[in-house]
Amino acid sequence: MPQVPQKSDSFKEREYKIIDDAINQDYKYGFVSDIEQDIIPPGLNEDVIRLISSKKDEPDWLLEWRLKSYRNWKKMVEPTWAKISYPPIDFQAISYYAAPKEKKKLGSLDEVDPELLDTYNKLGIPLDEQKLLSNVAVDAVFDSVSVATTFKEELAKHGVIFMPFSEAVQKYPELVKKYLGMSVPPADNFYSALNSAVFSDGSFVYIPKGVRCPMELSTYFRINASQTGQFERTLIVAEEGSHVSYLEGCTAPMRDENQLHAAVVELIAHKDANIKYSTVQNWYPGDKEGKGGIYNFVTKRGLCRGANSKISWTQIETGSAITWKYPSVILKGDNSIGEFYSVAMTNNYQQADTGSKMIHIGKNTKSTIISKGISAGRSQNTYRGGVKIMKSAENARNFSQCDSILIGDKCGAHTFPYIDVRNPSALMEHEATTSNIGDDQLFYCNQRGISTEDAVSMIVNGFCKEVFANLPMEFAVEAHKLMEISLEGSVG
Amino acid sequence: MLEIKNLHASVESKEILKGIDLTIKAGEMHTIMGLNGSGKSTLANIIAGSEVYKITKGTVLYNNKDLLDLSPEERALQGIFLSFQYPAVIPGVNNTYFIKAALNAKRKYQGEAELDAMDFMVLIKEKLKMVGMDESYLRRSVNDGFSGGEKKRNEILQMITLEPTLAILDETDSGLDIDALKIIANGVNNYRKKDNAFLVITHYQRLLNYIEPDVIHVMIDGKIVKTGGKELALTLEEKGYQWLTDEATVEL
Repeated sequence: MPQVPQKSDSFKEREYKIIDDAINQDYKYGFVSDIEQDIIPPGLNEDVIRLISSKKDEPDWLLEWRLKSYRNWKKMVEPTWAKISYPPIDFQAISYYAAPKEKKKLGSLDEVDPELLDTYNKLGIPLDEQKLLSNVAVDAVFDSVSVATTFKEELAKHGVIFMPFSEAVQKYPELVKKYLGMSVPPADNFYSALNSAVFSDGSFVYIPKGVRCPMELSTYFRINASQTGQFERTLIVAEEGSHVSYLEGCTAPMRDENQLHAAVVELIAHKDANIKYSTVQNWYPGDKEGKGGIYNFVTKRGLCRGANSKISWTQIETGSAITWKYPSVILKGDNSIGEFYSVAMTNNYQQADTGSKMIHIGKNTKSTIISKGISAGRSQNTYRGGVKIMKSAENARNFSQCDSILIGDKCGAHTFPYIDVRNPSALMEHEATTSNIGDDQLFYCNQRGISTEDAVSMIVNGFCKEVFANLPMEFAVEAHKLMEISLEGSVG
Repeated sequence: MLEIKNLHASVESKEILKGIDLTIKAGEMHTIMGLNGSGKSTLANIIAGSEVYKITKGTVLYNNKDLLDLSPEERALQGIFLSFQYPAVIPGVNNTYFIKAALNAKRKYQGEAELDAMDFMVLIKEKLKMVGMDESYLRRSVNDGFSGGEKKRNEILQMITLEPTLAILDETDSGLDIDALKIIANGVNNYRKKDNAFLVITHYQRLLNYIEPDVIHVMIDGKIVKTGGKELALTLEEKGYQWLTDEATVEL
């Protein structure tokens, strides 16, 4: 008699093998660039902050602002409410500033270190304007500093300011001073306070009244140096009636150590202004044993300051060992709109605690939260969201939908929606589902000749469709590919 | 084409198939009838490669090769198609995209060029007409929100598009109104050719008013207890299954 395959066992085996293969997938952005760097030794105290500030030739008010934040931070304790666990971070073991050594001030791309240009080429982000998509302007941030910004002149014609944060501090100090900390006050939380004390660089965007930004703006963050933290700060101000779409991407080398990334992003939308902020977060997630990877503690908040303004966050989160991030919108202006579309994918030992907060203050304010969590391997994936309707927010509306999908039987999905309604006219809707990728779905696809890998990718992409639909074209393709890489092989 | 010998299968140590022998040749249509729980659907799912069941004994040859060695997708690529009794729902995945992926997987396997979106649309629109479906089906997610009848039509649409060698219809007729039944029977009849075969599973005689099988088997408690021609269906319609159960018991 021929050997009879043990079908029910082999299926599980195959499933685990496929998951294993996925785990062993190489993170393709894990290389290190050999670039001479200017690094401040590890440790944090007021002198370090003074040194960072002086390296950037900052005005006194900004140094004072940093020091005040630092003093606040010292009094604060790390938040522990998130569903993540990690050994204590030694904040004195981190270097707070690393920059590629530059021989002179950068005037144009021709003067950028070829090794740096090569790094961005490898990442698939050519900084050469000729090679770039003509409708995307890029600011490249390497460790603590911005190394190149493209299409500056084209943007200047429309009065759009898009430049490294440190350059904006020099050229537009009044604008920076006026808006810095408006959405995210330094003492907002532990990590925002730390960022406010030591932030290195980031992007500054200012869209003048009535201007529709002629191209997508984009920043690519890259951590390269080891034992450094990255603390960038992004500030986007959209004046009355203006429109802007901004994209953020990030990668880091593979290292055994954990590296801290604590960014702050502030958005301010005036009357009738519209800001769309999209992120594809692909920091190094650590290896299959959960060793290494980026600790990503990020504060992102938008302020719909004027009436009829709109802020929309879209995030595709596939990287980082730990993600702690809640892009939020304060709906202050009447009739303002806040949106949050998120796909968070975790594999191996990754932990994500992410979601959104919508704070309704103005009348007739509307918010939408669509969150899709995908957990595979031994990862933990948490949605944490808060919707707050203040007394003043007559006729506020919120719709929240939080769906989770589990791949395999060793991962977890959790949902913590907090709802606080102080005005009886509010209309709240909340939907949540958790499901496995069904064996029946996989068998159905297999029976049609579609491989398990393709089936998983198809099912997950279908699951995320509503979120992908909100990404700008250029990013939607990238997000699809990224999901395929992160998912390759994981099966339920 | 298909040769099943002494097939035993169980799920969670409960034996469902208790020694099935069945041979299907190219050009033939076989029907398996029987009450609920007799093991008909189990047999269909095992041929398609479902891993829910454990095969404890027996052999299955497909085109003279061991079928049990093949993964479900290999079986599909080699021409086995199962029209599911309960087709899975895949939210967010466009029906067009799904059927195109399935067709192109098969074309690739056969060394043919994959169809591009334009060519596929031409093909699928033609197939849609054959099963009386309108184009709105293509834009919907796979089986998502489909009525029972729509799901079954969608299965037949996939069958005539993928052009299998061995098509297994698992209660494709159940839950259909008479018009839908006619459309499906029509789709099946148009697809009958001398080099492909059908295994049709049903517990109603009424489907056999529209399609004419060459052989009818009756399955009771995991075994084929009776095999005959079309007239067997009529006897069943008239006398039910009880006389066969009695006969089977006597044989024991």
